[in-house]
Amino acid sequence: MKIVVCIKQVPDTAGEVKFKPDGSLDRAAMPTIMNRDDKSGLEAALRIKEQTGAEITVITMGLPKAEDVLREAMAMGADKAILLTDRRLGGADTWATSSSIAGALKKMDYDLIITGRQAIDGDTAQVGPQIAEHLGIPVISYAQNIKLDGEYVIVERQFEDRYHVIKAKMPCLITALGECIEPRYMTPGGIFDAFQKEITVWGRDDIDVADENIGLAGSPTKIAKASDKVRKGKGVKETGLDSKEAAAYITAKLKEKFVI
Amino acid sequence: MDFTLSKEQQMARALFQEFAEKEVKPLAQEVDETEIFPRATVEKMAKAGFLGIPVPKEYGGQGCDPLTYILCVEEMAKVCGTTSVILSAHTSLCIDPILTYGSEEQKQKYLPKLAGGELLGAFALTEPGAGTDAQGMQTKAVLDGDDYVLNGSKCFITNGKEADVYIVFAVTGVDVDPKGRSKKRISAFIIEKNTPGFTFGVKEKKMGIRGSSTYELIFTDCRVPKANLLGAEGKGFGMAMHTLDGGRIGIAAQALGIAEGALACTIAYDKERKQFGRTIAQQQNTQFKLADMATRIEAARGLVYKAAVAKATQKVYTVEAAMAKLFAAECAMAVTTEAVQLHGGYGYIREYDVERMMRDAKITEIYEGTSEVQRMVISGALLK
Repeated sequence: MKIVVCIKQVPDTAGEVKFKPDGSLDRAAMPTIMNRDDKSGLEAALRIKEQTGAEITVITMGLPKAEDVLREAMAMGADKAILLTDRRLGGADTWATSSSIAGALKKMDYDLIITGRQAIDGDTAQVGPQIAEHLGIPVISYAQNIKLDGEYVIVERQFEDRYHVIKAKMPCLITALGECIEPRYMTPGGIFDAFQKEITVWGRDDIDVADENIGLAGSPTKIAKASDKVRKGKGVKETGLDSKEAAAYITAKLKEKFVI
Repeated sequence: MDFTLSKEQQMARALFQEFAEKEVKPLAQEVDETEIFPRATVEKMAKAGFLGIPVPKEYGGQGCDPLTYILCVEEMAKVCGTTSVILSAHTSLCIDPILTYGSEEQKQKYLPKLAGGELLGAFALTEPGAGTDAQGMQTKAVLDGDDYVLNGSKCFITNGKEADVYIVFAVTGVDVDPKGRSKKRISAFIIEKNTPGFTFGVKEKKMGIRGSSTYELIFTDCRVPKANLLGAEGKGFGMAMHTLDGGRIGIAAQALGIAEGALACTIAYDKERKQFGRTIAQQQNTQFKLADMATRIEAARGLVYKAAVAKATQKVYTVEAAMAKLFAAECAMAVTTEAVQLHGGYGYIREYDVERMMRDAKITEIYEGTSEVQRMVISGALLK
C-alpha cells in the first residue's frame, strides 16, 4: 500500500506575524513549522503504516527551505520525500497550488492521499479537496479518525456536534483534523536517519499540469490587502434594557454601521 | 575549531526543547512539591526514544553521538532538574557500563529493553562509608557455586525504587601487595529488581531534585548468577571511575541546563517587574548581572560540549569531564543564586521556578563526585 501525505511549511503564527511592504507574508522573517493539521495527517498515515507496513511519501511545494519539514516528516517515520520547487510555481493561490500538487501526484503511485484540513497561514481548507477534484477521486474532509478495511477506508468525519462514519473505496483523499489526531514526536535516531536520506526535487517540468494553471499567472485569487490582527476596542456594555429595548438598540447600531 | 552543532543536532535540540516545554515544564513544580517520581513523563521519553539516545541501533537505541544525548539532558534540565537526572543516571550510569563492559549476551539481554525504556536503570556505588573512596566499601559478594551472594547496603541511589536494572559494586576479595598492604578487589554486577534478598530501605527527603527517587538499597544473602558479573572480576573500581567520567558529563549538562533555565526566567521577570518607574531590566545593576550570568553559562557550555565530543573521540576524557562538571556545577549554583536575588522576594517563593532551580542546582556540586573531588582529579592529572 502506498500513502502520499501532502504537507506545508508555514510561518509559526504563535510568534509575531510579519508582512512585506506589498502586504504578503514575509515568510523568510518568521520561524517556520510543519502545518499542524498536516502533521496530524502524517500521524494518521504512520498509524496505518504500523498496521500494514504501508509506504509513506511526503510531498511539499515551496521554497528550497521547505526541505526542513520533509526532514521532520522523515524523522517522524515517513519513507520518502518529494520537494516540488520552481520559481515558475511561485505565487500560487489555492487553485494553482492544488493544480501543481495534483500534477505531481499524477506522476506517482498512491492508494491513499492525506492532507491537513487547512494551513494556518491561509486557512482556506481548499487545497485538499481541490487536489481530489483534479485527480477525479473521492474526498473525505475533516477526518478525526481513519481506519483501513481491505481496499476501503472508514473515516470518522467531524460534523458540528456529531461525526459521520464514511466508507470509501481507495484511491481517495482524506483531509485530517489537527486537534483530533495527536502527532508523535520525531525520534533522535530518526532525525539522523532523515539527513542520510535523499529528497527528490521536482521542478515544473517534472509534473503533469497545464501552464495556465500554475504560479502567480495561473492564480485567480489576488490579495488586495493583508494585515495583522486588528485590535478591537473594548466595546460598549448596555445594561438595564429589557429584551425589546435590547433588540431595538442592536438593530439601530447595525443600521448605523450599514450592516443591515 | 568548530563550535557549531550539525543540522541533525540542531533539529534534535529543537525536538528536545519542544518536548521539554510541552511535557516536562508543566509538571516541574508539582513533581518538586509532591516528590512523586514523574513516571508518565519517563514513559513519554521512552516512546520518543530519549532513553537510548547514544545506544547503537543494533541494541535497540537511537544510534546518536554523546553530544546529542547531552543536549537532551540539558534541555530537560532547563525546565526540570528531576527529569534530567533520571535520564542521566539511566543512560550514563547504567546503560553506558553495560555497553562498554558487558558481554554480548548481557548487551542483548539488557540494552534493547533499557534503550527502549521498557526497563529503567540505576547505578549503586555509594555506601554510608564509601563514596569516591571506594576502599571504604563494605558490601561483599562471595562466590558460592554458580552464584555470587551479596550482603551490604548502598545509599543515595538515584532512580532507587523506580529502576529495574542496577549496576551494583561489591567487594569480591582482597589483594595484598609485596609490602603487605591490602587492597579490596571490587567487582560490578547487573542486578535485577525483585531478585530475592534485594530490598529497599528509606527514601531520602531531599533539598532539590525532589521527584527523583533516591533510596537505600539493601542486599541480604542476595544470590546473583555468575552470568551477571559485569566485566572481569576485580576490575570494578576502574569501571566505576570510567563510568563516572561519562556520568559527570551528564551532570555537567544538567547543571548547564539549570543555569540556562534560571537565566531565561530571570530575563522574562526582569523585563516585566517595575521598580522606581522602570523595569528591573532597565537598571544597570541588573544588566551587568545578566551579562555575567550569560557569560558564565557560555563558558560552561564550551566545557560541557567539549567533554561530550571528547567522549566520542577520545579513549580517556577524565579531565575534560571533571572540568566540565566542576565549572558547570559552580556556574549553576552562582547563576541560580543570582536569579533568586534578581527576583527579590518573589524569588524566595515556591511559586517561582528559580526557587526550585536554586535548590536543584546545589546537588550538581555534590553528586557523582563533589567539586572538591573534581579538583582532585584535575590537579592529579596536572601533577602526575
